[in-house]
Amino acid sequence: MLSVVLKTFGDLMSALVSQKKNLFSGETLSGWLFISPMMFGFLCFFIIPVIAIFGYSVTEWNILSQDSTFVGLQNYQEIFTENEEFWLVVRNSLVFAGGLVPLNIALALVLALALNQKFTGVVFFRTVYFAPVITAGAAWAIVWSFLLQKESGGVNQLLALIGIDGPNWLREPNWAMFAVIMTRVIKNVGLNMILYLAALQSISPDYVEASSLDGATPWQRFRHIIWPLLAPTTLVISIVTVVGSLKVFDHIYLMTGGGPESGTLVLAYYIYERAFEFFEIGYASALAVILFVLTLVLTVGQWLLKQKEQ
Amino acid sequence: MSTLVFSKSNRKDAAMTDVPWKRYLNRVLWYATLLGVSVPFVFPFIWMVSGSLKSQSEITAFPPTIIPETFRWENYVEIFQYQPFAQQYFNSLYIAVVVTISIMFVASLAGYAFAKIKFKGANLVFLLLLSGLMMPEEVTIIPNFFAMSTLNLMNSHVPLILLPVFGSQGIIATFLMRQFFMSIPNEVEEAGIMDGLSRFGVFWRIALPLSGPALAAVAILSFLHSWNLLLEPLVFVSDLDKFTVPLALNNFSDAYGLPLWHLQMAATSLAVIPVLLIYVIAQRHIVQSFAMTGVKG
Repeated sequence: MLSVVLKTFGDLMSALVSQKKNLFSGETLSGWLFISPMMFGFLCFFIIPVIAIFGYSVTEWNILSQDSTFVGLQNYQEIFTENEEFWLVVRNSLVFAGGLVPLNIALALVLALALNQKFTGVVFFRTVYFAPVITAGAAWAIVWSFLLQKESGGVNQLLALIGIDGPNWLREPNWAMFAVIMTRVIKNVGLNMILYLAALQSISPDYVEASSLDGATPWQRFRHIIWPLLAPTTLVISIVTVVGSLKVFDHIYLMTGGGPESGTLVLAYYIYERAFEFFEIGYASALAVILFVLTLVLTVGQWLLKQKEQ
Repeated sequence: MSTLVFSKSNRKDAAMTDVPWKRYLNRVLWYATLLGVSVPFVFPFIWMVSGSLKSQSEITAFPPTIIPETFRWENYVEIFQYQPFAQQYFNSLYIAVVVTISIMFVASLAGYAFAKIKFKGANLVFLLLLSGLMMPEEVTIIPNFFAMSTLNLMNSHVPLILLPVFGSQGIIATFLMRQFFMSIPNEVEEAGIMDGLSRFGVFWRIALPLSGPALAAVAILSFLHSWNLLLEPLVFVSDLDKFTVPLALNNFSDAYGLPLWHLQMAATSLAVIPVLLIYVIAQRHIVQSFAMTGVKG
């Protein structure tokens, strides 16, 4: 869908710029009536809130004291220059995305290539790899917290059977980040796998056959034929996965609570913590503005990248 | 005994002279690899069900047991005594149904207009809508929190219904419906207009009945989205009997705040297994619904 979104985005942009007057004015009323339920809600619960966070972000506002004062860019100044925690959050978010995105995409591609073969049981394996996608994030995170305990966790018990003394996965900073990334990859890789699979199945067999006749090895065939044909899908998957990695909340909240030693404190969770546990609304809103801008830049940036490629 | 083993290996040898051994080995390796990769995908479910049937002491015992020594079915009774889990389960269910129906309604109307009706401002409005497609909920949750508390809707289910309907899930659904309606030829609708149907009549009598597959995909995605929500219930709901399932799952703990794993696993099993069963039965449709959001429309 995202490729269509990007294309539509482009079409709409050019339509707006050229101001084509091919509209049937007679239907304007019914058009607006049709979209009014959706757009009214969108206005109330998205547009106005987005404007509001910009407003909140220039205030000092604690829910408990009930009053807010205008402080200009002080929150931003605090975020960028005074509060070292923010840079830790940035680092963590980058490590999280940097670990999750390549792993997720590579594994999704490998699984899709494997399941694109014809063999008995292909539906079974597809069902298995996709199952975590439809499972509630909260349930998945809770079961993995159970599995990753130090002493009685399933993973360490299995490791102990083969003589390995497993770490305290969720209580040691580096292992905690690793554990959250891995469980999140397993949770979501099925979705990207399906998207790659759909793309692979739309590749005409003629291309692949022709290359076989030319005597290309399977690797050459992948490198020079299949991989370039998958490029649009890879772009879409990258956008969705990068933005998705910014959204990670369930896993952090339930598995580590941002700890240990703030080792898994990432941006989305940091906003929640500041707003709803410390009640620092102004500060949290400034963080939300940063998340908003970041998401917008990522989306539009990758869109521009795509335009350049074409 | 030894003769049995001997004859068995003998037969194997015979088979390997028929099939080239390399191909046979390849096939074994192929399935072994795929099964090996399956472990982290499947084991959590097995361990969850296994843990849900263990006593508190067996759950920490070493060496671990996959099949519990004694099946402790009482866990599945105790979760309902510990907190109003039946009520919480019902909450999640009815909220997901209301969200699903609402999204189907607003998204098909809006999707139809964006696909079929040429009206002033359509492009600009649609562009605006797309900007919300991938936005994390954390961006808008703070102002929405104040809006809901001003409207006295805190600790109610209204925000858990409104926010997903008009948030990214509603936008995705609008987009899916628009893509689908664009694929319906105009001639089909023109016949309806000739018969004197209004715009709404054309939508309701002609376009909507054709959109079954797209609506089904929207329904599946919306239901799962609502069923799985965690942040919104966490922020908006505080009473135990207003909790939804994801919130309740994390709430089985002892006096020291440590998780009661056997109860958590029982509750999690009850939350996960029905969805998983439906998924196994209808996996083709469900997988396709997700695939639609990524590629086609």
